Amino acid sequence: MTAMMQSVSSTTNKVLGYPLNAWYVAAWDHEVTRKPMSRRIADRPLALYRTEDGKAVALADACWHRLAPLSMGKTLAKDEIQCPYHGIVYNSAGRCVSMPAQETINPSATVPSFPVIERYRYVWVWLGDPTQADPTLVPDMHQMSSEEWAGDGETIFAPCNFQLVLDNLMDLTHEEFVHSSSIGQDELSESDFKVTQDGNTVTVSRWMLDIDAPPFWLKNMRDKFPGFEGKVDRWQIITFQSPSTINIDVGVAKAGTGAPEGDRSQGVNGFVMNTISPETAKTCHYFWAFMRNYRLESQLITTQLRNGVHGVFGEDEAMLKAQQEAIDANPDYEFYNLNIDAGGMWVRRLIERQLAAEGRLIPTV
Amino acid sequence: MAATNVEVWQTGTVVEAESVSAETRRLVLTQSLPKKAEPGSHIDVMVTINGERHKRSYSVVDSSDDGVRVAISVFRAPQSRGGSVFMQGLEVGDQLEITQPLQNFPLRVGAPRYVLLAGGIGITAMVNMARVLRNIKADYTLVYAGRSRAAMAYLPQLEALHGDALRVHVDDEGTALKVDELLAGVDPETELYMCGPIRLMDAVKRGWDTRGLSIPNLRYETFGNSGWFDPEEFVVRVPRLGVETTVGAGESMLEALERSGVDMMFDCRKGECGLCEVRLLGLKGAVDHRDVFYSERQQHAAAKMCCCVSRAVSSDTGARTDAGGERAVVTIDV
Repeated sequence: MTAMMQSVSSTTNKVLGYPLNAWYVAAWDHEVTRKPMSRRIADRPLALYRTEDGKAVALADACWHRLAPLSMGKTLAKDEIQCPYHGIVYNSAGRCVSMPAQETINPSATVPSFPVIERYRYVWVWLGDPTQADPTLVPDMHQMSSEEWAGDGETIFAPCNFQLVLDNLMDLTHEEFVHSSSIGQDELSESDFKVTQDGNTVTVSRWMLDIDAPPFWLKNMRDKFPGFEGKVDRWQIITFQSPSTINIDVGVAKAGTGAPEGDRSQGVNGFVMNTISPETAKTCHYFWAFMRNYRLESQLITTQLRNGVHGVFGEDEAMLKAQQEAIDANPDYEFYNLNIDAGGMWVRRLIERQLAAEGRLIPTV
Repeated sequence: MAATNVEVWQTGTVVEAESVSAETRRLVLTQSLPKKAEPGSHIDVMVTINGERHKRSYSVVDSSDDGVRVAISVFRAPQSRGGSVFMQGLEVGDQLEITQPLQNFPLRVGAPRYVLLAGGIGITAMVNMARVLRNIKADYTLVYAGRSRAAMAYLPQLEALHGDALRVHVDDEGTALKVDELLAGVDPETELYMCGPIRLMDAVKRGWDTRGLSIPNLRYETFGNSGWFDPEEFVVRVPRLGVETTVGAGESMLEALERSGVDMMFDCRKGECGLCEVRLLGLKGAVDHRDVFYSERQQHAAAKMCCCVSRAVSSDTGARTDAGGERAVVTIDV
């Protein structure tokens, strides 16, 4: 009864803070090399590099001494990196191993070293309590590195709070309006959808039966079934894994061939893999890839799909930028919610719970 | 788990006080500005000695998850500069000025193996680290050396919590720690964290060096309060400035020089940074180097000293009678 008696405002936080006890993608595996690079994740500037043994390392991008960026320095033998300013050398644990002009090393001289895991073609980093950095908590994105799937992706630097990207992906009704030339169609906003929540996941499923395939999907069908004509059954099954990974099972199959019941053999199936790493409160790194389970041998199709999705997501990027600017320009206006926001609202609730558990739930505007 | 040295001063209120060994008192303080203490952190407290305010550092033994309660342990040092007498006298309800937890001795998560080495009251810095390593199922050994069981704080609690991961060495039981044997079991991947008297830490450092182990894998913290000899009163002279003063047994040479109006440069006040370095022009007696800034070679050369922690003693035997009762005199330039 107590829960029902609490009168809680339904005000929706327009943007959200980011949990720290989570794995975030810091970079694609190919981005991290022997030459140090700089990237800010969850407001923490990182110097990323590889050791001689090829192990990815994430150190705070600020020398202990005068905070010069280590990412401007160079890697030395073994696992070492040298500050570009006064030559202080650190190992991959962030421990100083050499100091200029003295015969000893100040025992306090360390820079934070963050837990790193390389998985699914990404370098993941944990910026919160390192004692909780459990490798089994890396979100499942196995299609990225499976022999049964082929594809590639890119990174979008999105000038908006990461929650706005999550909203975008949890409700694909926007495709009808933002992506009318590629994947949008009227049936998106007309069809029913189902939202379920379990543990730290949220799933939004939508089936559109016996419809015309939009241009993007017609092309994909013809890649697998040359000369295909006719109606399709189309699906979008969006799965969110807290705090910021969304895999979308998408595809179309020849209408009435049993796809809703589980037989997708007469269709084409892709997974849109999305994981969003907050950079600052108003910017994020949006890592995406499009993976497919047909015509695995074709690099041409890989490139065409990557370029196609690049174009589609460019339309999202423009909208997200404009939305963040409008939020900033209208601080006295609220967010209101529609029925279509159920998925996004569950996402907010899960993130807010995690923030509360970390003692970091501070309403932002 | 970065180093944090920004001192945020607040009020600490004693809410529990109990003896945890013959000479050690455990104090639980509540913080007016709660902050959780990570393993390896310490608080600075303002103590009053003969009416004067002095800063002292104490490792945090444990803290509550909400950061309200922090526990420290106060050892009644036989050669106290007065701080431990003040701290030992605190009772429930007393208030004092303390900093939020500061961190110069962070525990790195992710090493394949750990050895935590505590000598005597140095155990206070290791209790929290050992608990965390146990919680995350790390491969660790806690080595605790002391003079006698009665003098070893927290021993029953540590035995109960750590079981076989705890190794105890007690001098008066004939099981004194042998550093060579300890280091023989250390491989190149092991990180060793230690806190204890300077003689123990020095022996470990030498052994570590001799074995060619990775220097950054040897972690230690010093508050600059442990020397080779008991502190004595001595005289310091700065001819260029026409200054001569006596350094009391309960104050540092840096404090005595500041008191005499010498504009000194310094920073860490614990013998790490080397900014308070002074050049020795003359010496009657011997230098008790208590810093970690100079190498062994540099300390032997006795051309310079870190005046924030290092002292002069009348005789290099440590016994003033060997110097005929004469005080040591250091002549320096700053």
